[in-house]
Amino acid sequence: MSPRRSRALLLLLVVAGIALLMTAGLQNTLTFYRSPSEVTQGSSAHERVRLGGQVVPGSLRTDAGLTRFRISDGTTEIPVEQVADLPGTLREGQQAVVEGTLDDRGVFRSDTVMAKHGNEYRPAEAGGQDSR
Amino acid sequence: MPNNLPTPLLDGRRAARDRRNLGWGALGLGVAGALTGLTVAPPDAAQGQAQRLMYLHVPAAWTAYLAFFAVLVGSGAYLVWSDPRWDRAARAAAEIGLGATAVTFAAGTVWGRATWGVWWAWDPRIVSTIVLFLVYAAQLTLRWSKPDPHRGARHAAWLGAAGFVTVPVVHFSVVWWRSLHQQATVLAPSVSPPIDTIMLASLLVCAAAASITAAWLFLWRLAVLEARTGVRAAAPHAVPAGRR
Repeated sequence: MSPRRSRALLLLLVVAGIALLMTAGLQNTLTFYRSPSEVTQGSSAHERVRLGGQVVPGSLRTDAGLTRFRISDGTTEIPVEQVADLPGTLREGQQAVVEGTLDDRGVFRSDTVMAKHGNEYRPAEAGGQDSR
Repeated sequence: MPNNLPTPLLDGRRAARDRRNLGWGALGLGVAGALTGLTVAPPDAAQGQAQRLMYLHVPAAWTAYLAFFAVLVGSGAYLVWSDPRWDRAARAAAEIGLGATAVTFAAGTVWGRATWGVWWAWDPRIVSTIVLFLVYAAQLTLRWSKPDPHRGARHAAWLGAAGFVTVPVVHFSVVWWRSLHQQATVLAPSVSPPIDTIMLASLLVCAAAASITAAWLFLWRLAVLEARTGVRAAAPHAVPAGRR
């Protein structure tokens, strides 16, 4: 093999290695969260994941510092238990992303809740002065 | 190419006055944008007052796109004609784009804390924006990587032209990948963007203010860079008295 050829091969290998490392490193960025179906199907128990979906209407309850709600993607629902505080923008029926682990009973124990915002901007309802 | 040719946009007896007027226009639009964004526009139904950060965050991001497009134009022209004036234009635009990206990050992180509940998330939009920032920071410094200024500027121009691919990656990152950041409202293929009319009007005033401010900063920076290279000063006294 000529020196030129081996250098090109080496460069190709280095580039392929960097690309591989980058895709592996960006796995949790390019797919920022997984849906409830993906989390239950994948054997990711006790593994820290981000779970995202709709906060099921009527499921959001807070008592004694513990917040419970369910996250749904339309087919699968996962109950979530969150201890720390919630973003003030979290609403039932809206999208949210939670970070934590799925325990043996199928309950998602979360320590971070992120409210996902849609791309709609509407003024607060007339008379809804509490938001001012 | 000689290094001491005057730049067309900065040349001529009215250039300094035009530049000053552009600055006043930017200031006027900025005040108008701040007033409409902070008082005229209603607070958002879901986000409340925090939504007003949109009037800074979105115009800053738009200005960054615009500035990086100017880097693409300047870099391409430098690769074709090797005229140092195009390199100075690309450099000034890259500096403004980096500043605008920093403003976008600053407003975005506060907005994220208020709306998402977290200051930071390693989501596709944010990570791709970091890549964009690093590419243009490298573009800026690559200029001085070679002892020969022309060779350094050529390297920078290659990166300035190729680096523009990061702009659509940032913009479409929220469509291509599953992100926390919401999709675009205005810069999206939609006939009626899902935004209240007064909010949209405020946003457009702020975007115009940011663009004009960037244009003014660009010309001002270009004049500084030109003065440093020893191009004859475009001061008013250089104009023959009879022609003013």
